Amino acid sequence: MSDTMKAFKDPFVINNPIAVQVLGICSALAVTTQIKPAFTMAVAVTAVMGLSNLTVSLLRKQIPNKIRIIIELTIISTLVILVDQILKAYAYDISRQLSVFVGLIITNCIVMGRAEAYALHNPPIPALMDGIGNGLGYGVILVIVAFFRELFGVGKLLGKEILTSSPDAWGYKHSGLMVVPTGAFVIISLIVWVHHNYTKKFED
Amino acid sequence: MKFVEDQIHKVKPLFEKGGKLEKFYYLFEAGESFHLVTDKRTDRGAHVRDSVDLKRMMITVVLAMVPCILFGIYNTGLQHYTALLNDGQIEALPGMVDMIVYGAILVVPVILTVYITGGIVEGIFACIRKHEINEGFLVTGILIAMVVPASIPLWQVSLATIFGVFIGKECFGGTGMNILNPALTARAFLFFNFPSQISGDKVWVGFDRGQEVISTATPMGLAAKGDALPEAYSTMNMFLGTIPGSIGETSTLACIIGGIILLIAGVASWRTMLGMLVGGFLFAWLISLGSTNPNDIAALGAVKHLCMGGFAFGLVFMATDPVSSANTDLGKWIYGFGAGAISMLFRIINPAYPEGVMLAILLMNVFAPLIDHYVVKASIKRRLNRAGV
Repeated sequence: MSDTMKAFKDPFVINNPIAVQVLGICSALAVTTQIKPAFTMAVAVTAVMGLSNLTVSLLRKQIPNKIRIIIELTIISTLVILVDQILKAYAYDISRQLSVFVGLIITNCIVMGRAEAYALHNPPIPALMDGIGNGLGYGVILVIVAFFRELFGVGKLLGKEILTSSPDAWGYKHSGLMVVPTGAFVIISLIVWVHHNYTKKFED
Repeated sequence: MKFVEDQIHKVKPLFEKGGKLEKFYYLFEAGESFHLVTDKRTDRGAHVRDSVDLKRMMITVVLAMVPCILFGIYNTGLQHYTALLNDGQIEALPGMVDMIVYGAILVVPVILTVYITGGIVEGIFACIRKHEINEGFLVTGILIAMVVPASIPLWQVSLATIFGVFIGKECFGGTGMNILNPALTARAFLFFNFPSQISGDKVWVGFDRGQEVISTATPMGLAAKGDALPEAYSTMNMFLGTIPGSIGETSTLACIIGGIILLIAGVASWRTMLGMLVGGFLFAWLISLGSTNPNDIAALGAVKHLCMGGFAFGLVFMATDPVSSANTDLGKWIYGFGAGAISMLFRIINPAYPEGVMLAILLMNVFAPLIDHYVVKASIKRRLNRAGV
């Protein structure tokens, strides 16, 4: 496998940012009540990560080691503001639903972590692929969590009603647990459990 | 009996190594040891052993819970007919037999549902993990059934049981490995999943003739709102348990009988129980000192608080769970005291939760390993000091 492919596939499956590195949990709890915002968030994070990794990697020989964090932050926040403005211009409703969490991509540990750990030491193309791979790995989990939370929390999928809650005592009721962030914790930990059993990767 | 034995021996080869149904050996094993005395012998030297094993311990707990179960069945009927009486639908309360029959109709399906769903989850995991089906579920199952209201929809019970057994226990590695009490995990699942139905302020007491649901406010729900408690919710009635509530937890008396059985049998720890009693009493009393409104939940006083809600049940059956509670002697005191104190804080200070015993015990479950860690560390330090190293 070439370096580029490995950089793309590794974080996606084996070294998944949420399931293995346990990064970015905060936004995974916050924006996963519905699929649509979760999907938008996934795309936004993927775009920011890919571009920030690319930029950092292009500048890696110019960045002085002592002030690298501040430079990385400047790059990332520029990109995040761009994404935020684009969302506001073209998808205002979703942008409002996501509220502060688009801005908070800046503080998402995955973006910073990949810039530090990978982009600073690798050529631009693998760095770009690493960023996209990480973003997608994050996004897939986000969408899976949102799928379950939207389906069982409010009985809908992409806004279409699937399960109907009935007011009578013995009828089906939506799950209150899935609406609160606790539900996302439960689903994420189940995903982690399945993932670790699948990859046979256990921490001692 | 001979027939059962013959049948079991007949199908045994199917399940043994190389048999067709080898995968399901542990299901068969459970059935075999349930019906027959085990014929396995230790294959090395003889060991002198106490006859108390996990199986006997668990059965003791189930036996200790029998007063709670029986009273719960009776009380379910009693509450139903009392509500009908208050509603003007019947002239007078029927006899005890009627009440028990009505209660049994509601309670027995709940117990069966818990055992069937929980049994299936346990069975699946026993087959995957290749271990014997554990007796621990006998206790967890009946505990789950005792802490839900009698007229809870059965699908909710089975969902909660799956959650409790699967996430509360099996995910962590099965019996003996769980951090949280599985029965309380199931209860907490219900509490957060269906907050409008099971938050402790109201319970349904059954259906009237038009199949409309009747629900009655629990004493806890009334007190949390700051309403005066009616005559029927006197301290004596709360102690005896003739108040609306979850199936098995209303009667403090039945819980005390269960507690005495557990203490005599040496199954539960008296330190945990006493610690929780002291903690609950002390905090309820301290908080009551500062209250000025006589109808306020804080002003009810310590004795009422100990009899109310699930405190007694939690104290006897939930907090003493040997797996999820602290294991050191001093740790048990701290753990119990914390559980009692925090349940009173939840109950009185926090208006969002009318009942806090469940959350308090779960919280202390999480802290139990930490408590043990520091107790052990302190003990090591003390002994090192004494030895003068």
